[in-house]
Amino acid sequence: MMSNRFAGTSFLIGSLLRKNRIKIPIWILSIAFSVIFFGKLIPDMYTTGVDRQIMAETMKNPAVTVMLGPGYGLDNYNNGAMMAHFMLLFAAVASGMMGILLTLPHTREDEEDGRTEMIRSLPVGSSSSLTAAISVSALSQLVLMLFVGWGLYFLKLEGMDFSGSMLYGACLGAVGIFFSALTGLFAQLMSNTRATSGASFVFLITAYIVRGIGDVSSEALSLISPLGLILRSQVYVKNRWYPVWITLALSLALFAVSLYLCSVRDLGAGFIATKPGRSKASKLLTGPFGLSFRLLRTPFLAWAVGMFALGAAYGSVLGDLEGFIESSELVRQMIPEQEGLSMTEGFIALIIAVLSILGAVPVLMFTLKLRNEEKKNRTEALLSNAVSRRGVLGGYLLVALLMSVTVQIMSALGLWSAAVAVMEEAVSLKTLITAALVHVPAIWLMSGLSLLLVGFFPNRTGFIWLYLTYAFFVIYMGDMLKLPEWTYRLSPFGYVPMIHADEINFVTLLLLTFIAALFMFLGFIGYERRDLEG
Amino acid sequence: MAIVEIGGLIKKFGNFTALNGVDLCVNQGEIYGFIGPNGAGKTTTLRIMLGILKATSGSVKIFGKDAWKDAVEIHKKTAYVPGEVNLWPNLTGGEVIDFFTRLRGSPNEKRKNELIERFQLDPSKKCRTYSKGNRQKVALIAAFASDAELYVLDEPTSGLDPLMENMFRRCVSRAKEEGKSVLLSSHILSEVEKLCDKVSIIRKGKIMESGPLEELRHLTSTRMTIETKRPVENPESVKGIHDIEIKGNTLSFLVDTEDLDGVLKQIVPYGIAKLESAPPTLEDLFMRHYKEDGDPS
Ligand SMILES: Nc1ncnc2c1ncn2[C@@H]1O[C@H](COP(=O)(O)OP(=O)(O)O)[C@@H](O)[C@H]1O
Ligand SMILES: [Mg+2]
Repeated sequence: MMSNRFAGTSFLIGSLLRKNRIKIPIWILSIAFSVIFFGKLIPDMYTTGVDRQIMAETMKNPAVTVMLGPGYGLDNYNNGAMMAHFMLLFAAVASGMMGILLTLPHTREDEEDGRTEMIRSLPVGSSSSLTAAISVSALSQLVLMLFVGWGLYFLKLEGMDFSGSMLYGACLGAVGIFFSALTGLFAQLMSNTRATSGASFVFLITAYIVRGIGDVSSEALSLISPLGLILRSQVYVKNRWYPVWITLALSLALFAVSLYLCSVRDLGAGFIATKPGRSKASKLLTGPFGLSFRLLRTPFLAWAVGMFALGAAYGSVLGDLEGFIESSELVRQMIPEQEGLSMTEGFIALIIAVLSILGAVPVLMFTLKLRNEEKKNRTEALLSNAVSRRGVLGGYLLVALLMSVTVQIMSALGLWSAAVAVMEEAVSLKTLITAALVHVPAIWLMSGLSLLLVGFFPNRTGFIWLYLTYAFFVIYMGDMLKLPEWTYRLSPFGYVPMIHADEINFVTLLLLTFIAALFMFLGFIGYERRDLEG
Repeated sequence: MAIVEIGGLIKKFGNFTALNGVDLCVNQGEIYGFIGPNGAGKTTTLRIMLGILKATSGSVKIFGKDAWKDAVEIHKKTAYVPGEVNLWPNLTGGEVIDFFTRLRGSPNEKRKNELIERFQLDPSKKCRTYSKGNRQKVALIAAFASDAELYVLDEPTSGLDPLMENMFRRCVSRAKEEGKSVLLSSHILSEVEKLCDKVSIIRKGKIMESGPLEELRHLTSTRMTIETKRPVENPESVKGIHDIEIKGNTLSFLVDTEDLDGVLKQIVPYGIAKLESAPPTLEDLFMRHYKEDGDPS
């Protein structure tokens, strides 16, 4: 009886391995390569023990702990301790994602698309598909562990011995296997693919956040999170294996529960039903703006929160800023030199410029949204109702413009709240918000340019991303590469005044706004006159 | 009264001429079939009527207004179901139906609920989970739940099962009873036959034939399959039949409608065991034109 339930598992494992023969190596190589490459970089970045010790001081900052996890071995911050502190958590998150994304397609997704039903009609057992999916994912994690372990060991760096390197790999593998088993369980509980992937990723993100809070407040809280637990292995410092064993034991338990649930449910069914959506539209969904807002509200909120977090992340290094800048030649080169501007002020100006360009991303996405809708054939039915093209395009543009102001305020707020926590003499919120808002006309200009493309060159909208990348590159690397002045002037961001140094030049800002408005106006005319694809 | 008037419509995509002088006239209260093979230009014509594409030249008037310039005005009284219905994956079917009927400005809650019930649609599901047929139902319900004067439907039944197709035909009939006009495109003649008063046949961007269905059928042939008690002697000599196939006592042939009477009179003496006749298909209609054009491509 028992063996019947697992009949054909090895056959299915073989076929899954064949099906994923490209995907699995890509996952393994990209994670292993990033980790090993980072290890390789450490001795170049911090050549002496003194360099690393200065870094260790910076790393005691709680904001850093929230992001990277607790620093172990900070008193003797050798290459190994640094490697574990900087990279283990991020790599574990990556292997967790790998676990989720390798398991999902062959559990609930196969079932939803009817492939599992076909497989069941072969002489295979009812638990074979699930077992094969988890096995393949676990096998991949095992290979990842060996790659990372051997790779780190062969760097032959001080403080990175064989057992530590293997533990490093095992931590990644264990987290990957855990999230694979977890996804397998959610695949039984949920009744569709989206809910399964949603639950798995929410768990991963929650694990990261709970650990972050726990790491600065309560050890017990961190231990609840699988990510927090795995960091307690103190790789290269104490080399404890128990977190790996506990994680693997939990994974096995999750797998056992999944097998049981799988055996008692019908194919295609789940234990948590999809909750039905609303069968009537809300009062808000009456016009073009209602639609664009309804479609964009989730990304709108996500970007607002994300920019706040990014601002806070950058802000968290402000605490020991002068020390940080002193310690890094690289950072010193990146900061624009300007008269009457201290290093700290220059650094903040750089951060705000970088955040502004990142903040332009959702604004441009929203501006281009209607064009993407058109490509997906969704505007035809919409525009055959009594709405004008102008109204629909305007609806999306309005949300984009709202987004531009929102991202700037949110990243300034994030920067400020972290700065208040870590700096002795924090910059004023007003200064930061003003510094962020003066970038808004430049973002509008980019948005206007996108709209122009939507109106006249709908097949060339990708150009705007090249242009934004250029702007990013110049701002980020320009000072380091000593690029000439005119390279800055080629992007609207090159005209934005630096808040600490310059008086705000309203004429420039008005001019940028005017050009943006002109582009938008032309974009509307183009869109109203051209053929739509669908 | 003419609801739709299209004259000399030409549409070019770059060098390619998709429509090459289309004329079409739909009067109030008519159910008008617009048929032609895939790629003939049906969707292009309908999209120009809806102001989604701009005509290269020619005039397109709906309710006497210009289809491109007065699009929004026209749409207040027009309901359109595109051939390929794509909906927002995050919205439910119910939300889309409400949204569309509100946009058209004439939501009719009672009729909407009735249609949702008749078409057996679950309006609480996200559009991402709908099949092609269900997406088409959403668009059809949204169209018929609003008080439009003109319904423009592009191959509306291509994703529906026979039961739902039947439901759809009832909706169209009701629209006709209420004095509404319907323009319906299809590449299946039999579908149009069941519903339409008049048809236009389009091929390669040109209207080949227009008029009441009976008139058109008069021009075409019927396929007959007859099993006789004794074999028919010299079937080739019977006037007005072609494409003959003989299998024992079974004779299958095409007969021009005007010769039907004569042909049957000659065959009846051999004793009829079984008789089948199939209505002309779209292909038969075209076959006839190819023969006349001497252009079988
Ligand atoms: N946007 C376009 N660009 C170029 N050619 C097009 C475009 N849309 C349609 N066509 C061409 O025009 C012809 C008519 O297409 P269509 O109106 O969709 O035909 P139907 O709806 O009758 O099947 C086809 O040959 C098609 O390839
Ligand atoms: Mg078509």
